[in-house]
Amino acid sequence: MSVLIFVEIADGRIKKTALELISYGAKIAELLNVSAQAVVLGTTQDDLSQLGNYGVKKIIHADNEKLNQVEAESYTKIIAEIVEQTAAKLVLFSNNITGKSVAPRLSVRLKAGLVSGAVALPRITNGFVVKKTVFSGKAYAHVSINSDVKIITLNQNTYPALAVEGTAVIEKFNFEISTSKIKIIAINKISGEIPLTEAEIVVSAGRGLKGPENWGLVTGLAKVLNAATACSRPVADANWRPHNEHVGQTGTTIAPTLYFAIGISGAIQHLAGVNRSKVIVVINKDAEAPFFKAADYGIIGDAFEILPKLTKAISDIKNT
Amino acid sequence: MKILVCVSKSPDTTAKVAFTDNNTKFDNNGVQWIINPYDEWYALVRAIELKEANAAVTIHLITVGLADTDPIIRKALALGGDEAIRVNVESQDSFFIASQIAEVAKTGSYDLIFTGKETIDFNGSSIGGMVAEFLQLPYISLATKFDLKESVTTITKEIEGGEEICEVVLPIVVSCQKGMAEARIPNMRGIMSARTKPLKVVEPVIANSLTSIDNFELPPAKAGVKLIAADNVEELVRLLREEAKVI
Ligand SMILES: Cc1cc2nc3c(=O)[nH]c(=O)nc-3n(C[C@H](O)[C@H](O)[C@H](O)COP(=O)(O)OP(=O)(O)OC[C@H]3O[C@@H](n4cnc5c(N)ncnc54)[C@H](O)[C@@H]3O)c2cc1C
Ligand SMILES: Nc1ncnc2c1ncn2[C@@H]1O[C@H](COP(=O)(O)O)[C@@H](O)[C@H]1O
Repeated sequence: MSVLIFVEIADGRIKKTALELISYGAKIAELLNVSAQAVVLGTTQDDLSQLGNYGVKKIIHADNEKLNQVEAESYTKIIAEIVEQTAAKLVLFSNNITGKSVAPRLSVRLKAGLVSGAVALPRITNGFVVKKTVFSGKAYAHVSINSDVKIITLNQNTYPALAVEGTAVIEKFNFEISTSKIKIIAINKISGEIPLTEAEIVVSAGRGLKGPENWGLVTGLAKVLNAATACSRPVADANWRPHNEHVGQTGTTIAPTLYFAIGISGAIQHLAGVNRSKVIVVINKDAEAPFFKAADYGIIGDAFEILPKLTKAISDIKNT
Repeated sequence: MKILVCVSKSPDTTAKVAFTDNNTKFDNNGVQWIINPYDEWYALVRAIELKEANAAVTIHLITVGLADTDPIIRKALALGGDEAIRVNVESQDSFFIASQIAEVAKTGSYDLIFTGKETIDFNGSSIGGMVAEFLQLPYISLATKFDLKESVTTITKEIEGGEEICEVVLPIVVSCQKGMAEARIPNMRGIMSARTKPLKVVEPVIANSLTSIDNFELPPAKAGVKLIAADNVEELVRLLREEAKVI
């Protein structure tokens, strides 16, 4: 019996979210008194045995470059075979784009109940109950999984990656891959930037910034904080910023440690995408802006005056 | 060409989220119901655009739910669906709903099955992939563009850190998100014609639920905002560093 943890590789490297997931999986394995094993699909330049330092004992590696692009059908087939071979009772994914495309298929393939968007360790005394976000972060549900094999996808930034002492053995997995009906003709990566869903700090701005020509103020602050940038929906709709920056109910959902909301009113649909941030700082010239109700720290004032000063103050402490 | 669009009902995005019966049921009191935004704005509207470009396209809508879903389905018909199918059962977990949708899809010989990215109440983001696996079809999740040109279907989808453009062979299941289309408002003609469009009610097949919701919980209220004077940004930086310990 084991807990099987899907470790995602992106551009040949182990993803940061995968380390959180391994820590989470290792903890559950400990609670269930079974072993934690990782599954890695595709080639990587990282040394996989270092994953032992996060609590897995064995790594099953399907080491083939044909798996470097996520393809839900072949991924499902291979993971299902590994689940069978290892008699895994629980399979874990990150609740990100990859997890969302593979976990549902695997759920049907294995008749395994799926809870997506978990935010805490499952409660395993008296059943198996997983806490997940619902209503776009406005509430949580405690969901029982009633099947023998279970699948969970874990929200990012909800469980810390914890280094422990340990080593892992790597076992190669041989498989056959059938030709996909999906032909990839281009991949456009947004390079150099910090992926929004993985960022610890996010600097986000709204219509209060008046126009795209003013975004230097926002990216400047983001830069000194090593943060990702985001925006409200009207900003993306007006093409002031790229669409992938739009956060909220109809955009990306994020849960960074620190979220700056600058010139954003704080409409309920915007909050739905960011309200799980640990600390929220609001800068708005309107004292009545609803965002202040959801904030931990706030400054009532003009973003055009505050941002340059704030950027300088942060840059000063970073340099000392 | 036949398109099946999966539509679900969800509480209005501004609805107050509260629970009753010892936190086991969503409090419907005063809640307005809408078509789940992803299903309406992206999946359905893109299907309608495909139909406008090619008269040979028919759009079927499917929803798994009780009769209280009918107003939502009528609105979707008013926007431009041709006919609707309602599987008459209280919707349960994703596996159950996907089983029902797959069952209907099996007999309909659909070339395309569209779902929304996720339901804004349950946030499962999983029914599309499940339906695809039940039907053994390829699945493209989180599509932002969908183009049909003669025999070539091109889809752009979001991937971790970017986007992927791919060519696919139909039939296929696609989950739709922002970028696919723009929201529309139904016009008077649509509303009138929706009244006479077929809404077929079918009984569910026997299927399992693999998960069940025990209860809900609201997040703890925020302690309240700490305000800092606009001319004292240094104080904000100090608090973030020393009190919140986040920078
Ligand atoms: C179904 C639905 C889904 C939606 N989904 C989303 C979503 O996913 N994400 C999202 O963001 N929105 C979403 N919206 C839109 C949402 O309701 C709001 O309209 C939107 O969030 C407002 O964006 P904003 O705060 O940038 O702009 P505004 O509401 O125009 O607010 C601008 C703010 O900037 C402040 N300001 C102006 N000048 C300055 C200055 N110089 N310095 C400091 N502050 C200043 C103003 O006081 C104001 O509070 C959705 C709406 C609907 C109906
Ligand atoms: N009860 C339902 N009936 C029909 N389609 C549904 C239902 N619930 C969800 N869907 C579809 O599945 C998508 C994903 O839902 P979910 O996996 O619950 O986030 C939605 O956007 C809808 O297109």
